Amino acid sequence: MNKRDFLKNSIVFFPAAGVLSALTCQAEGKELSASMTTGYDASQHWYGMGVDVDKCIGCNKCVEACKAENNVPGEPYYFRTWIERYDIHADGEVKVECISTRTPEERLAQQNQPLDPSVVRSFFVPKLCNQCANPPCVQVCPVGATFQTRDGVVLVDEQRCIGCRYCIQACPYGARYLNPQTHTADKCTFCYHRITKGQLPACVEVCPTEARIFGDLKGKQDRLVRFQHDNEISVLKPDLNTEPKVRYARLDGEVR
Amino acid sequence: MQRLGVIVVLFLAVVITRFFLLPESWISAKPHQAATVAREMAKPQHHAGMATCRQCHEDEYTTKLGGFHRTIGCENCHGAAAAHVANKDDPAATPPKHREREFCLTCHGFVASRPNGFPQVDGLQHNKGKKCVTCHDPHDPKPDEPIKGCDGCHGVIARTKALSTHSQLECTQCHQVSEQHLVEPRSALPTKPTQRDACARCHDKDATDPAAASARLDLSTHGRTYVCWECHNAHLPEGTK
Repeated sequence: MNKRDFLKNSIVFFPAAGVLSALTCQAEGKELSASMTTGYDASQHWYGMGVDVDKCIGCNKCVEACKAENNVPGEPYYFRTWIERYDIHADGEVKVECISTRTPEERLAQQNQPLDPSVVRSFFVPKLCNQCANPPCVQVCPVGATFQTRDGVVLVDEQRCIGCRYCIQACPYGARYLNPQTHTADKCTFCYHRITKGQLPACVEVCPTEARIFGDLKGKQDRLVRFQHDNEISVLKPDLNTEPKVRYARLDGEVR
Repeated sequence: MQRLGVIVVLFLAVVITRFFLLPESWISAKPHQAATVAREMAKPQHHAGMATCRQCHEDEYTTKLGGFHRTIGCENCHGAAAAHVANKDDPAATPPKHREREFCLTCHGFVASRPNGFPQVDGLQHNKGKKCVTCHDPHDPKPDEPIKGCDGCHGVIARTKALSTHSQLECTQCHQVSEQHLVEPRSALPTKPTQRDACARCHDKDATDPAAASARLDLSTHGRTYVCWECHNAHLPEGTK
């Protein structure tokens, strides 16, 4: 190709590329407009959850509600939120059992058991994705499928996720799992489809003792902000600097 | 000169392509993130929320608001009800009313790990075979007898203490309990002894209470600087830790 041909072809190429890109941008605009029409401004919020360990009765209703709300597979070993039972013995030994992996019949059979005399403290701890302000799972994703929204929720783009499980390994809280139906990583979204419409996440909606509190850390009069004022707050694994937005009240020092 | 012209044209072409022609989704993560957010927001709800239930079931809501079950969302017991809200005549979507004992025992069966004060029964002995709803209204449950003493909530401690030499002591001997604690237990916690004096009142060698006559010690030498409950359980003093 000589210089003249090159310049001639360029004259055709640029307008053609312009038309193509205009079409692409239009298609994108259609997808984006869905979030524009609801009138929800994500930059005005910074969501978090408060958990009062002293109130959890280990009924597992939050786990069941989460599964119903978010189409989590029914097998007991797939969950976005779960409850652990801690037994702390006099000799310092800590036994942790995830009660959410039991069937309801097994949990009923565990009732009315006398307290093992060597147990000095025993309690339930609800756990879920901590929606870290500094999330390790986002850092490791090789395709940028997981990201933090402006309101502080870590989401997974299931169309972009390649199911490499790197984020599942990176999460220090074990909050992610690989969905066997979509073969992509799945995790708690704080029920993003509910909270953006002003409703509570399903687990908070059904919690019978208000052990879980949902709120907006940017709200001055918010319930979660008051919860943080009124209680001594701890987070899980603070040494990792993940800055979790799930805040625990009356959390035993043995909880990892 | 001509060569410079070609270079300038190429440079401009690259710049125009990068910043004006290529769609943003080829360069930035923002569009596909926005698409994910839109997809998440569009997902269907399965739980309708208590405020929605209230619109039709005001009576049940008001009853529940005055009782011990006021903090419990309707869908805790009746299950996810968005399908029922969408079509209230569909019998398949009608929320279930649970009548079986196991359902109530999910929360109210005795599990040692549950917090003190949470009402629990031994499902194997408590009116065996009888349905809970024959005595308790699930929207406004009432205990058979109102809770009076400490053992209503602190049953494990009460049963331990009843077997010990401290069985005749009132809880208030060692704990100061405010009235507020009976209404909102966690907002006003009872005091616990902090000094050895709490035990010394009865157990010091100079104490005068006849009940503790057999368990007097010279506390200036016994146990040095440890507080008593590091070795002795005040609720079961015979057993040492």
